[in-house]
Amino acid sequence: MGDGAEVDVSELEEMARRCRIDILKMTHAAKSGHPGGALSAIDSMVAIYGTCLRFDTSNPDWEDRDRFIMSKGHASPAMYAILHQMGVLDEDDIMGFRTLGSVCQGHVDMNWTRGVDFSAGSLGMGLSFGLGCAISAKMDSSGRKIWVMLGDGETQEGQIWEAAMAASFHNASNLRAIVDRNRIQNDDFVDVQMEIGDVGEKFRSFGWKVKEVDGHDMTSLVDVVDWADREDGGPVAIVANTIKGNGVSFMENNPSFHGKAPDDEELRIALGELA
Amino acid sequence: MTAPSTGGASRDGYGKGLLRIAEDPRVVVIEADLGKSTKSCHFRDLHPDRTISLGIAEQNMMLVAAGMASSGKIPFASTFAIFTERAFEQVRNGIARPGLPVHICGSHGGIHTGSDGSSAQSIEDLAIYRTIPKMTVVHPCDDISAEELTTQLLELNGPSYMRTTRNKVPRMYEDGEKLRIGKGSVLREGGDVAIFSCGVMVGEAMAASDTLSAEGIECTVVDMHTVKPLDEDLISKLAARCGCFVSAEDHSVVGGLGGAISEWIATNRLIPLEMVGVNDMFGQSGGSMELMEMMGLTESDICEAARRSVERKNRP
Repeated sequence: MGDGAEVDVSELEEMARRCRIDILKMTHAAKSGHPGGALSAIDSMVAIYGTCLRFDTSNPDWEDRDRFIMSKGHASPAMYAILHQMGVLDEDDIMGFRTLGSVCQGHVDMNWTRGVDFSAGSLGMGLSFGLGCAISAKMDSSGRKIWVMLGDGETQEGQIWEAAMAASFHNASNLRAIVDRNRIQNDDFVDVQMEIGDVGEKFRSFGWKVKEVDGHDMTSLVDVVDWADREDGGPVAIVANTIKGNGVSFMENNPSFHGKAPDDEELRIALGELA
Repeated sequence: MTAPSTGGASRDGYGKGLLRIAEDPRVVVIEADLGKSTKSCHFRDLHPDRTISLGIAEQNMMLVAAGMASSGKIPFASTFAIFTERAFEQVRNGIARPGLPVHICGSHGGIHTGSDGSSAQSIEDLAIYRTIPKMTVVHPCDDISAEELTTQLLELNGPSYMRTTRNKVPRMYEDGEKLRIGKGSVLREGGDVAIFSCGVMVGEAMAASDTLSAEGIECTVVDMHTVKPLDEDLISKLAARCGCFVSAEDHSVVGGLGGAISEWIATNRLIPLEMVGVNDMFGQSGGSMELMEMMGLTESDICEAARRSVERKNRP
């Protein structure tokens, strides 16, 4: 990846479709997990991994790789699906999701899974971790870039804004955040729990370069990811307006699928929709 | 090895220790607006390119440190002991769980901190960090040992918490030659009772051992600078030799050094233990020694505890 090759949007869309199937199959098998936020984030992740992330699938530990920090670590099925589709994980790995001894832990964990750069599970920490990676890259005079996937509900954590302020102060121009703006969190809609308002404007006020995008339109995502990858005038945030559960009719915009796996019948219907 | 003298505060030793390891390019210093207090400021003066200021934001500091450690750096992040506790979950989940070599220094630990009052007097830090898997927990007694133990953190390859203190205390060491993380330092040998102490209480324990010796009670005094991993070999040896213990710490009696030793006693060899520490209460403003006296953290408190411990041992 990251070789500047011509981008085939339809190929990325096909990869995202296959990832969605993985997400549903692994959460169904585990009878637990968080499909909703994985389905909302997956298109952005495919756009990043599929176009610009410098990452060697045969050597995921390559020291000078770009980093992808899955701060919303409960959406781990999206991470595992990407790594599966890229050949880092195999089918048995992802189907063992959440079971004893599995390399696919409930929340992404850098010590358990090759290709995972951050141990998440507690929201609000990944942007700080990414900033640490970004500062280190600059100290090393490396061009590696650091991408951080945030949930929109996650931005209720104060630590996000500690990191946002620090990233601007330290001119972390190699740091990119994506906010998966699906408007649903664990208990209910974000505007019911605690509305976060114009999250892009908030980042802008902290000195970040910000763009918004339709987080399910692959052509737009490829464009904005390319912009973010090239932008070097400061930390960059992308607000991806998404739909929780995207791609499966009965999961879309449905808070109950934040942390609930599809049952047998729901899986059958969902796979039919994605066929 | 022991030579009580006018010395520095352990936080000064931390600052000097950082300078000693500065030649390793992996070493970075992270601050949260208290570098002048924790003494990381000396590193900053000489190596501003490897010093990161993160403002008054401890939670962010811990994860920035973790990110840097994951990128091959060895971060030394410091603030007041009490403010590291604000980021306890960040330390637990973001640093220790992935086993990243981040070295946290909490200065101004304990009641000894004095006039800033109870909000600044961390009395639970050793206990909470001791509960985290993979964490090494260190609490040196003076500047010489703090400097040496700081340099040894570089070789740990895992996370650590070091508590230092604000105020100067008598030096217990001339040099750090024999100090090793994980090994208690025997400062005095005697067969009647073993006193395990850490931090500012080591000096009190040494003073108590003189008083007790004049009464005919001979003490082994251990500087138990490493609270985790606990030097069980030494504890076992001294349990056999002395048959009764005293623990002495400027920290709650709940869960700290005394707690760790009592866990060992309960599961290995039932011998008397008397605990000198903060008796499950908050402090207040005041002079260090006034407060230590009020809270029962002095040489005379250790003497009384030692007498009780020996008496319990000799009870038929």
